[in-house]
Amino acid sequence: MNNKNLKYITLPWRDNNPITVQVLGICSCLAVTAQLKPAVFMAVSVTAVTVLSNLIISLLRNTIPPRIRIIVQLVVVSTLVVLVDQVLKAYFFDVSKQLSVFVGLIITNCIVMGRLEAFAMHNPPLPSVCDGLGNGLGYSFILILLGFTRELLGNGTLWGYPVTERLHDIGYENNGLMLMPPMALILIGLLIWIINSRKA
Amino acid sequence: MEYINILVKSIFVDNMIFAFFLGMCSYLAVSKTVKTSAGLGIAVTFVLCITVPVNYLINKYLLKAGALAWISPSLAGVDLGFLSFIVFIAVIAAIVQIVEMVVERYSPALYNSLGIFLPLIAVNCAVMGGSLFMQERAYSNIAQAEVFALGSGIGWFLAIVAIAALREKLRYSHIPPALKGVGITFIITGLMGMAFMAFMGIKL
Repeated sequence: MNNKNLKYITLPWRDNNPITVQVLGICSCLAVTAQLKPAVFMAVSVTAVTVLSNLIISLLRNTIPPRIRIIVQLVVVSTLVVLVDQVLKAYFFDVSKQLSVFVGLIITNCIVMGRLEAFAMHNPPLPSVCDGLGNGLGYSFILILLGFTRELLGNGTLWGYPVTERLHDIGYENNGLMLMPPMALILIGLLIWIINSRKA
Repeated sequence: MEYINILVKSIFVDNMIFAFFLGMCSYLAVSKTVKTSAGLGIAVTFVLCITVPVNYLINKYLLKAGALAWISPSLAGVDLGFLSFIVFIAVIAAIVQIVEMVVERYSPALYNSLGIFLPLIAVNCAVMGGSLFMQERAYSNIAQAEVFALGSGIGWFLAIVAIAALREKLRYSHIPPALKGVGITFIITGLMGMAFMAFMGIKL
């Protein structure tokens, strides 16, 4: 693997993060992060779909007529999402119930479509896979960070195991607001603030 | 009564943006002025009102477990549920295309105001989400599904117009430079979401 491909993987982590910089794929990012476990499963699912769809579209890129490319991309992505959904239902049924419609919404996740349109349509398979992996990991990073913060502060647990038990004896309280949907938005706003001011 | 309940619930309590964050990408990208965001809001409502009932019928008569029994009793054991993602997105993409052509043919004025937004809607998660929620919540008849679609659309419309109006005012306020633009929009949406949480638990 040469330097360029490596850069495709590492760049989306901070400088070109799909969530905080490109502002794509926000919907799922906010809805599944009330707890760590669904956030991790969602992160893995989206990364898998991004990598595989980038690979498939990049292999097909010279045969897809430009006029109907969106439909072709949607078909490839939705086939992969159906596979992910079936795997989750078969092996992790409780998580799949928790994620509910958000697995299906990976189809309309702008990160997946955005990478296909911007990268995989014009690049050979190996860089496309690296790009997909990089963006998937950048997305996962934010998702897991949010899931970690919200579950720890909101519920006092991580992955369902109690963490702050001892602190409750000396008067520590969970911040239930963290589990509510609006807090996800505010946290991500603050995250963007931190990232932007570090860059400046 | 039951319809009003669904309507109010889908507009305020289960608001697409404040409770489920659906359609967030276009919500953030298009909400710079009130006029364009109202256009997008109407277009989303319109498409939701068409796609959700169509997908409801497809789900009920083709995809659900045992749904094919009306063709012949021997098909009663067939469950095509796993196909629903592909079918729903295909239906949405096709309907958006048809709506675009019909509107262009019969109402050029409406086409000009909605024109650029219509193609975007095919990949708007609020539209796909509408169909998926309809499937998950298992509405008992098509009228309920239609009312739910209308309510979700109105809720989305209200949210995007409200944030656009706020953003127009924000242009003249002093915001830390690093927070400008997307950052502050997220925080404001969060605060608006808290306000909408006051509707939680309302039943008519």
